[in-house]
Parts: sequence; structure tokens; C-alpha cells
Amino acid sequence: MDKSPFEYAPAPESRALVSIKPQYGLFINGAWVEPKSKTKFATINPATEEVLSKISQASDSDVDRAVKAARAAYTKTWSKMPAKERGKYLFRIARIMQERAREFAVLETLDNGKPIRESRDVDVPLAAAHFFYHAGWADKLDYAGLGSNPKPHGVVGQIIPWNFPLLMLAWKIAPALATGNTVLLKPAETTPLTALLFAEVCQQAELPAGVVNIITGDGATGAAMVNHPDIDKIAFTGSTEVGKLIARSIAISGKSATLELGGKAANIVFEDAPIDEAIEGIVNGIFFNQGHVCCAGSRLIVQENIYDELLEKLKRRMSLIRVGDPLDKNTDLGAINSAAQLAKIKELSISGDTEGAFRWSPDCSLPSKGFWFAPTIFTGVTQSHRIAREEIFGPVLSILTFRTPQEAIEKANNTPFGLSAGVWSEKGSRILWASKALKAGVIWANTFNKFDPASPFGGYKESGWGREGGRHGLSAYLKGAK
Amino acid sequence: MSRIDVKKTYKLFIGGQFPRSESGRSYEITGADGKFIANPALASRKDLRDAVTAAKSALPGWSGATAFNRGQILYRIAEIMEGRRDQFVAEILALEGGTTKAATAQVTEAIDLWVWYAGWCDKISTIAGATNPIAGPYYNFTIPEELGVVGVIAEQKESLLGLIAAIAPVISTGNTAVVIASEKRPLPAITLSEALATSDLPAGVLNILTGKVSELAPWLASHMEIDGLDVTGVNSKIESELRIAGAENLKRIHRFNKAQSPERMLAFMEAKTVWHPIGV
Amino acid sequence: MVTLVDGSEASLLQYLAKLSGVDKVGADQRAAMLGTRSIKTSSKSWAIDMAIRMVDLTTLEGADSEGKVRAICAKAVRPDPNDFTVPSVGAVCVYNDLVKIARKNLDLNGGSHIPVAAVTTAFPSGRASMKVKIQDTRDALTDGATEIDMVIDRGAFLSGKLGLVFDEIKAIKEICGERAHLKVILETGELVTYDNVRKASFIAMLAGADFIKTSTGKVTPAATPPVVLVMLEAVRDYYLQTGIRIGVKAAGGIRTTKDAIKQLVLVNEVAGPEWLNPQLFRIGASALLNDLLMQRMKADTGYYSGSNYVTLD
Repeated sequence: MDKSPFEYAPAPESRALVSIKPQYGLFINGAWVEPKSKTKFATINPATEEVLSKISQASDSDVDRAVKAARAAYTKTWSKMPAKERGKYLFRIARIMQERAREFAVLETLDNGKPIRESRDVDVPLAAAHFFYHAGWADKLDYAGLGSNPKPHGVVGQIIPWNFPLLMLAWKIAPALATGNTVLLKPAETTPLTALLFAEVCQQAELPAGVVNIITGDGATGAAMVNHPDIDKIAFTGSTEVGKLIARSIAISGKSATLELGGKAANIVFEDAPIDEAIEGIVNGIFFNQGHVCCAGSRLIVQENIYDELLEKLKRRMSLIRVGDPLDKNTDLGAINSAAQLAKIKELSISGDTEGAFRWSPDCSLPSKGFWFAPTIFTGVTQSHRIAREEIFGPVLSILTFRTPQEAIEKANNTPFGLSAGVWSEKGSRILWASKALKAGVIWANTFNKFDPASPFGGYKESGWGREGGRHGLSAYLKGAK
Repeated sequence: MSRIDVKKTYKLFIGGQFPRSESGRSYEITGADGKFIANPALASRKDLRDAVTAAKSALPGWSGATAFNRGQILYRIAEIMEGRRDQFVAEILALEGGTTKAATAQVTEAIDLWVWYAGWCDKISTIAGATNPIAGPYYNFTIPEELGVVGVIAEQKESLLGLIAAIAPVISTGNTAVVIASEKRPLPAITLSEALATSDLPAGVLNILTGKVSELAPWLASHMEIDGLDVTGVNSKIESELRIAGAENLKRIHRFNKAQSPERMLAFMEAKTVWHPIGV
Repeated sequence: MVTLVDGSEASLLQYLAKLSGVDKVGADQRAAMLGTRSIKTSSKSWAIDMAIRMVDLTTLEGADSEGKVRAICAKAVRPDPNDFTVPSVGAVCVYNDLVKIARKNLDLNGGSHIPVAAVTTAFPSGRASMKVKIQDTRDALTDGATEIDMVIDRGAFLSGKLGLVFDEIKAIKEICGERAHLKVILETGELVTYDNVRKASFIAMLAGADFIKTSTGKVTPAATPPVVLVMLEAVRDYYLQTGIRIGVKAAGGIRTTKDAIKQLVLVNEVAGPEWLNPQLFRIGASALLNDLLMQRMKADTGYYSGSNYVTLD
């Protein structure tokens, strides 16, 4: 395509909406405290490498302080409070998040690198919606089909990743509080800022001290949480590798856990698909949030007889993806979250080259500072290539083909993961057949990467344990009647 | 001269067949009175591997069967067990001791448990599924599906009831299973497999091994084709070891207290959520 | 030129059967997402002038008179009498009995370069005999129209007589010949589904349309962003198959600068930048022009203008 005469001038969202403190403490028992470790680490803007703030490294004893605060809040306040009142706190939090939505969006984009369009239109509204949804559950748990008068676990330790910092916080904290647990939550070390702003929201909502504790730190802090004897339950979202470590760590203590782990989702396009919407679904499936999505549609499996047409349209569409300043309202693809993640994406992409797949990216200039990776597809990929098996967690799509519906399903299911899958076809019976045959916890038929607090999310196989969202997600935070 | 009994050879049940252990081994079972009863097969890890293969290949057919059909077959198992009541009672008495009344009660409860779970087959999805009212133009529903191949280490004490309490819920939802029978009291499990072989249950849906739990369970827990594990039949120390081994493929590992509970079905099911746009 | 159908209904149906469907929710979402594009400063100024050049300044009322037509012709040539840097509009669009008056007044105002578009074929319903539709078109051409905005027979389309729809367009195209550009109005509000919009777009293009146009302006919904999106996808796909670029005219419901800029974003990102000119994209409108002018003044002066600072016509 020709270069367009209609160049969109920069349309940056105002950064003045947020005030970032030069450094942060830990939010324990309703107050900001300095870490006992006396150690701070920087959190940076991945789009510019600018240091945004200094964050506290919580040590084992800080974790212990937070657990004690959560335990005291559970015993003295939260477990005694009528469920109806508990729910009202969640409603308050939801409203404050809506009021401060733009502030959260800008902060998320600064700290994470994701486009403001996504943080503004997806992450933040969905996070508020999660609190709103779960607020209503608080006094209706008897009707959730989990037995009468179901009981919370008590103190829950929650460890969340850097790809959807605020949204994952909401997925964790909202159901935990609604079901009567108290929490300590650790955001990822590269994206702590919205969680720390959320601590302010808890203060504005006058949430009783200790019900929510936000502690920051790296993997060592997470390990201290997993191994703390007075945490009753662990909820983790992150890599399958760490998920397995957690599963082993809690094997003796008998802590219960929900794990939301990796994926390598197949996005299957049949010959009778609505092609233009399928193209959008493919693009949204892999390039949404720079592909930093556990359920990303990272394996495109296309029926051979439409492959050429689809590939041409996909390339044309990819050339329209606007890569650059995440704060620009017109940016479609932002920065890769960290240097480490960028290195991983590069390494796996090189394996695609050396194993014989063909790499293609549209012409796009990448900023010189920060961490960037162009939207990329690999054609000629086979099941045995690493890029068809390993989670890349970046804007890299592996394209495979199939001849029969059975072959499509076999290829889709031929992975240890089972988080999500996509199916594109205008034939209803084929959609239902494929939805049944696919071994994945979420099936997007004629759509992709859609989320809602009422819709359970979680994986089959090595993609995790349990569900988040909907009625099914509640059981993760209530003791089952086994 | 009185008639000499024809004694039974107790074998494994794998893929609908009754093989001896590939290892050629057996072990001695004694009754509640300490007397010799039988030399059942002492299953090896290779027998376990064969059982997993059989369970895996039976999975598509069994999980693909209609829930109504599975319910019919589970009920049929109850019917056939009913016809062998005396044999089960005798075996329980011999192995566990106690009264005829207690043994009879255990058999009755076990048979009734099949009936209870048979009735669940075509209802569990209704109870545990959902249509989710999401904020957008999509139809969104969640259904529970079978997990896959489940390893079962049945309760050791009540040799028949503990077994059925574990396997009936597992297979009622479309899973197939590899079962390690009660180590010291395996005879009802073997008799059950003979009943199963004459029921309509497809070969490989249930595979029953006899032998040492300590020898077999670690292989069960580490086998990557096994998706879930019922550890009700082991102590908490072994459970921890099995959980560590099972973490390699993130097996769903559960211990249960109740024989009759929907939770026993749901623990080995996975919730699948499907989205589809609503538009003309 | 590539011939995709041989003119028979059978070959037309065979071609249409191969078109992929359109998922409504997906199309709505894509259009909505493109609606979030933020067009600022220099790109906004460029877009406003482009939109003015694309306007088919339209009056299609029973009350239209010589005076009304004279007024819009003056405005078409010099949309802002105080600012000669404002470009002329793309065309003036009237009923066929007013074509002569429009042509005369455009020429008198120094707008001889501005084409007159006439709505024909028993606009807006299209319910008349073929004989009348042909005469309607011939009259417009005779009076000086160089653009013909015909309507398709929606009744025929919806009852499956696709060959009839095709033949009518083809017949009108033959009459237009080289003398006039043919814009084919699909009246998408009556076709209802996006699948129908896509199918009708292809019938029109295969039958010889130079433009496909959303609506008459008499039926709502009209030129909604997703409908325009679907039509832009159709012209893009047709181009990929034939190398021929067909134009799109969005008509009805586009009243504000914001609406118009959203349309330009759709053109840019769906059909492609090649379509960003009045030869390949038009906006049928009347009230829109004044809003574009007020926004243009704002860009120039830095403050918001008012309705008394733009002319009423």
C-alpha cells in the first residue's frame, strides 16, 4: 500500500493525570511502611527506560508482617462482618476505580508499556467491573451452588504477573474479598505502580486495615509467601514453570492453590470463516497487549484452501498496526514489558529462523529507546518447531495449515497447554463440534480475547488449576465439601 | 471324600482383558483370620503403563458417549453386581472379617452408589454448568467436561465400598481410570472387574491393578498421561510425595471424605467456557 | 479487465456463493475501534479539507425549488464566502428535474468543475417500471448530470431475484456510458444484514457501478460506520481481484466533523489510502458542511465558531 497522506498527528494522553511518588513503601495493615530489607529497586517505563519510581523489596519478615496483619484483620474484622457490608466495600472500591479510571490507565501504560487505548478501554473498565460483579456475590454465596454457608479459606496470598497488572489484581482481590478472605498481594516487580495506587483506593474506600495488603518484591518475596505457614491459600498467575514450583512447594503444607498459567492457543480458521472478522480476531488474538497474554492466539491453524488469501489479507492488515508511544491514543502495539522479555522473544524468534520457518514483519520503524519488537508472523511452521510449542509471550504468530477438521483439532490439542482456543466458521454445527473437541478452558468462537467478570477463565492440562470469574471462580476462594 | 474346591486365579483387569502381571509376580493374600486366601497378581510399573495406555485409548469413546448412555451402563453395573451379592459378601467377610450383616450392608451400599452416580450422568452438567450474562453481544456458557485419565488409589479399609465410591464418580462424567485396588483386600476389586467385563462398560474405561501401593503409586503420580489422581487410599506422607511427583504435569490431586458427593465428580472435571457472538 | 461473471444469473449466483460471510459483532467492533482514532492538529486540518472536497452537497426534498438549488450551488463553489482557501465540494446532488438549474447556477458561480449528480430510477423507493427508470436517467443525462445516483430494487434483492437487480444496474450503466459516473445506492437500512450489504455491493460492482453508495438518506439507519466498513472491504476485495478501484459514497446520518473524520479513518484503514480522494470516496450530506466549516474556523482562529458565522444554505 502507498504511504497514506492521512498521517495521524501525535495524540498523546496527558501524563499530568498521575502523580508518581519518587519511592514507595509496602502497604501493610492499612498503612505505608518501609521494608525491613531497606532495599529498593527501580520500576521503569519500558517505552523509554525512564525510571518511574523506587519500589520496596519485601523480605521474609515483611511477608510475615503482612500475613499477621491479614490474619488479624480476618479474625477480628472481616470474618465477623455481615456479608452485605463486606459487599458494600467492594462496591465502593469499584466506584472509586471508575472515578479514577483515567489515572489508572495512564499509570498502567507508563509502567507496563501497553497502549493507552487498551489500558483505557479494556484493563481498567474490566478491573472495575470485576469488583462490581463480585461485590454482589458477597451476600449471596449460599446460592452459588457450593453447598450451604460455604467458608472462606482465611488468609490468601496472591501473586500476579506483569501483563495485566491492575486487571489481574482485580481478578484476584475481588473474589477473595467477596468470599470473606483477607489478602496479601504481590504485583510483578516490573509493574507495581497500579497495585500501589490501588492501595490508595482501599484507603479512600475506608476498607478495614489489613484486609488488603500490597507487598512488592521479586520472586524471593513470592517464594516467602508460598512457604509461609499461616497463608491458607495461594492464588498465582504466571508461568507454568513457576506454577509447578508452587505445586511442589505446597505439596507438604497442604495449602490449596489456584494456578493460572501459560498457554499456546490455537486459533483455527475454517474455509467458511467470516474472513475479515477472522483477520481482526487473529490480529487481536496475537497482537493485543503485545502478545503478552497467556491466552494469546499464538498458533494460527488455517485450512489450506484459504491459506493464500488469508495470508495476503493478514499481511495487509498487519501493515496498518501502529507501533510506538504507548501513551498515544492511536497506538495499537506498545512496548515489550522488559529487557528480559524482549530477549526471550528474540531468542525464540531466532529459533524460528534457524528451524526453517519464514519470518515476516511489516515495515515499521521502532523507537530507539525502550524495548520493542515488530509484529511478526512465521509461516511454514510445523508442530515440531519450538515456536509452535513454547509460549513466546510476545507479538509473534506461528502459522500452520490443516486439510480436514479432524487434523485441525489434533494439531490444536497437541500441546501440554490448554488455556484457550479460537474457532472461525459460519457453520453452527461445526463451531459446536470444534468447541467440544478442543481441550481448552476458554473457547472463543468467531471472536477472540474477550473477557468478562461473569465468564469463568482458566485452563485445562498444564495451563493451571481452577477458574477465575463467574460462579465457578468463587469456588477457588471457598472451602469445598469434598 | 468331600469335593475339592476349584480355586480362582485372581488376575489384573487391563483393557477389558485379564492378564497376569507381565512380571510374572504374585503376592499372598491372607484373610481376617490370617489364613492364606489367594495369590493375586503383583502388578508392575509396566502393567501400570499398559493400563494407562488402555485407559487413554478408551477415553474418546467413553467421553464421547452420551451422558444418557453412560448412565445406562453404570446402572447395568449395579444390576450385575446385584446378581453377585453373595460372592462379594463372602469375599468381604473373608478379607475384612466382621459380621455378615455388615458385609451385606457394604455390598448394598456399594450397589446403591452405582445407582446414585448412574443417575447423575445426565444431570451434573446442568447443575455445574452455567449460562453467563456477560456485558456484550455474546452467548457465553460454561459446561463441565471430563478431565481425562484419572488414577485412583482406592480406600484401603472398606475394600468394595471404598473402591466404588472412588471409581463410580470418576467414570460417570466420562473419565477413564487406572485403579490400584486395596493392597491387602483386593478380591472384591477383582470380582468387580469380572462383573464389569460382562457389563456394557467398554474395555479400558476401568483398569484395575492389584499389588503394592508403595510400588505403583509413584508411577501413577508421575505418569504424564494421567490427568488426575484420587489419593484417598494413601496416608498424608505418601500423598505429599505423590503431589510432588504429580506437579510435573499439574495433575489435579484430591482426597475425599464422603462416598456420595457431587464433589467427587466435579473434582475430576474441567469447566469449559464458550463464547459466540450474537448478531444477524 | 478481468471478467468475474458472464452476465448470466447462474454465473452471478456462483460468484456470490463464494463470498465470505460477515460477522456482525466483529464488524461492529472493528468499526467502533477505528472510531476511537484520535485525529488532532495538522491531520485534523487535512481531514477537514478533504472531507469538504468529498461532500456531495445534497438537497432531495419535495419542497426543493429553483431558489433552494441556486443557494446550494453557490455554497458548493465557495462554502465559506469569507475564506477563499476553503475548497469546493465534490458535487451537487439533486432530483433530475432540477439538474438543469443546478448546472446553470454552478457554472454562473464559477463552479463549472463541480459535477451535478442526479438521483434517478424512481428514487428513493425504486418502485417504477424499468421504462420509467431508464427515462428518468436519460432525462438527467440530457440535462447535464455527469453523475447518476440510482437505487437498486431492494424488493427484488430481498426476494432473491438477484439477476434482476444486476440487470437493472447493467442497463442503467449502459445508458450512462462514458457520459456519467454511476453510483449505485444499496439502501443498506432496508437490506438490514451485513451479509446482504456485502452481497449487494458485489452485485453492483459486477454490474458496472463506478461507486457503491450506502443510502438514499430517507431510511435509517443509513451510513453507519460498520456498514461503510463492510462496503469498503468489498471495494478493497474487488480491487484485489480485478485491479479496478470502485468508489464508495456514505450518505445519510453524517452530520458532524467527528462523524466525517471517522469515515475518513475507515477509508484509510480499510480500503486504503488510495481511496482518500473525491474520485473514490464521497460523503452525501447537507448539514455536515457547516460543521466542517466551523471546525475549520476553530483550527484557524483557536476559538469555537458559532452558527451565525456560517451561511444557512
